Amino acid sequence: MQGALKQNITKELMTGLYADHRAAIAANDYPALTARRENAIHRFEELGFPTTKLEAWKNTDLRESFAKEYAVVLKPKQDVDVQKVFRCNIPHLDTAIMGQLNGWYVSKDVPLMELGNGIIMGSLAEAMKKYPALIGVHLGRYADTNGDAFTALNTAFSQDGVFIYVPDNVKSPKPVQIINVIHNDENLFLQSRNLIVLGKNSRLSLVHCDDSYNHQPSFSNVVTEIHLGEHASLDHYKLQSLNNESTLISSVYFRMEASAKLESHYISLNGGLLRNNIRIRFNGPHGDAKIYGIYLMDRKQHIDNQVFVDHAYPDCTSGELFKGILDEHSSGVFNGHVLVERNAVRTNAYQSNKNILLTETAKVNSKPFLEIYNDDVKCSHGSTTGQLDQDAMYYLRQRGIGEDSARMLLMYAYADEVISKIAIDPLRYRIEDMVKKRLQGELQICEACVLHCNTPEQPVEFVIDMTKI
Amino acid sequence: MLLSIKNLHASINGKEILKGIDLDINQGEVHAIMGPNGTGKSTLASVIAGREVFDVTEGEIFYKNKNLLRLAVEERAREGIFLGFQYPVEIPGVSITNFMRTAVNELRKYKGLDPLSGGAFLKLMEEKKELVELTSNLANRSVNEGFSGGEKKKNEIFQMAMLEPTLAILDETDSGLDIDALRVVANGVNKLRTKENAFLVITHYQRLLDYIIPDFVHVLFEGKIVKSGTKELALELEEKGYDWIRKEQQDNGKAE
Repeated sequence: MQGALKQNITKELMTGLYADHRAAIAANDYPALTARRENAIHRFEELGFPTTKLEAWKNTDLRESFAKEYAVVLKPKQDVDVQKVFRCNIPHLDTAIMGQLNGWYVSKDVPLMELGNGIIMGSLAEAMKKYPALIGVHLGRYADTNGDAFTALNTAFSQDGVFIYVPDNVKSPKPVQIINVIHNDENLFLQSRNLIVLGKNSRLSLVHCDDSYNHQPSFSNVVTEIHLGEHASLDHYKLQSLNNESTLISSVYFRMEASAKLESHYISLNGGLLRNNIRIRFNGPHGDAKIYGIYLMDRKQHIDNQVFVDHAYPDCTSGELFKGILDEHSSGVFNGHVLVERNAVRTNAYQSNKNILLTETAKVNSKPFLEIYNDDVKCSHGSTTGQLDQDAMYYLRQRGIGEDSARMLLMYAYADEVISKIAIDPLRYRIEDMVKKRLQGELQICEACVLHCNTPEQPVEFVIDMTKI
Repeated sequence: MLLSIKNLHASINGKEILKGIDLDINQGEVHAIMGPNGTGKSTLASVIAGREVFDVTEGEIFYKNKNLLRLAVEERAREGIFLGFQYPVEIPGVSITNFMRTAVNELRKYKGLDPLSGGAFLKLMEEKKELVELTSNLANRSVNEGFSGGEKKKNEIFQMAMLEPTLAILDETDSGLDIDALRVVANGVNKLRTKENAFLVITHYQRLLDYIIPDFVHVLFEGKIVKSGTKELALELEEKGYDWIRKEQQDNGKAE
């Protein structure tokens, strides 16, 4: 049993479920965490699920997602062939793989690994039992439980997820890859929580994949808190390839101490409704955060990227570049909000959102927004929405390249500005290939993980096979 | 006859630019079109290439005995029409290598040939790069992005060399070039001249025609070819300037 029968997800249902199951939900808690759950469920009760009446949800309507019935997941699924669900066959991509099934950490035998260099990785539930002090310093400290209803709900309900700890001065020798797969025979409503802690002067590459195993509808509310200690460096990749019936509310809260460095890449290839809340707070001077996003939507898919950067300290740099291609009836939202506080002098911030609409029916709402409270800053923002460059189309066609191929070349080139920023070569080759297939309409939801498709071992040469178009 | 233009009228946004052009080009010939700015030289090039923003309101163009006006831009290109752009378009993110490989293979497909293998393609590219003195690092960059004026024009000639057109139209390829770049471009064209192909060289100045010797020179003025001759006509134009044409036209107008 997954916890409950399929039903409509309402505020009343969730608060009721919490009341009925609070003991089981809090089974692994340390005392302060249980108290936080109690506060969070009250706050959720006050806030309720967001509607389009709220400014932050004006252009993302959840009614269709909520019109489906879901079973609320309160316990992990047991009968899973871990080997089958989690494998990643990108050639030469050598990562330490962490599997998550329906939000729960899965491992064959070791739920929590402690490596020789002091890195700890594994199940958050296990870590809460084993390292309550370490977890207690970070968990729930960065997420906005007070203002964000989904984060509040997640804080009340979430029991497990991924935990990674990189100690001071340790550089993770290889990238860590989280593969979060949704796999079930019935509609699921799931909530998981991840915590990633980078000590001072540490370094980590993290590839975080959200995938569907089948075409079953799902609703995920995932909260991830990431703490970057002083001079820590994180290279972060979020790959989203869920089925068209899935809703994903992903909230990632980055807390960056002095001189921390972040590069985050949001690559959204598929999904019914994707909402990325990306919140970054500079908690010391000289921080540097670059956030890149590429989204390719079609059919009735919807993508919503909300990026909030809080420049609370001087001398920090933030950059956002989000590019989208929207086809058919798909829709997109970009909300970039940079807050430069009074004392955050010598702030350097830019935001850019570009969209290509391929049809009359595709639409996008883009709102880059700067809120600045001192004079000594360098900030810029820009947003463009348009069609493919007609001069470039003509130029390509004049060289004998057919209209469809020319369009494909231009879309691919457009996406490449973001993809070329991927620093892990085998991953970049794979993403190049996936984007190419996605643009040609060939990419299907693969078994388990989209990363299972055959991939080139070399950079993708864009040679167009006309029979595929 | 390779190309035959009869009484061609074309307009953009309702404004007539070409007002009855007649022009015949045979294989093996080089034709130069000269004329002051704004008389329709580039429009003529665009209309032959098939740019859709122009409306052909009257007349016809036959190419290899086909009604050219019925073919789309890319079909004309595959039939061997190449336009060297006056302002080559920058395409960020598309490397020249990928661009040319796609173009060459689409052309081969049209001709019923198998696509070139990676190795064969690279060999072809090296050959043609040498022909037009294109530095190798240029080929790995995005098409025309951040290129100097000279590099852009050399890149046009390189593409022409790769695609081996039957009719190449060079639209003010000489504009903005220093004398060295001009020589490289002209040498490229001269090396590509054969008995089978033809060139239509559009230029404002006589200078280019010192390097690419035309068989025929036409003067385009206010949407019509008002004078045709041999290469000596270009020299005469250089000497007397376009005011000579303007005045002659005015006098003709009075006479009528």
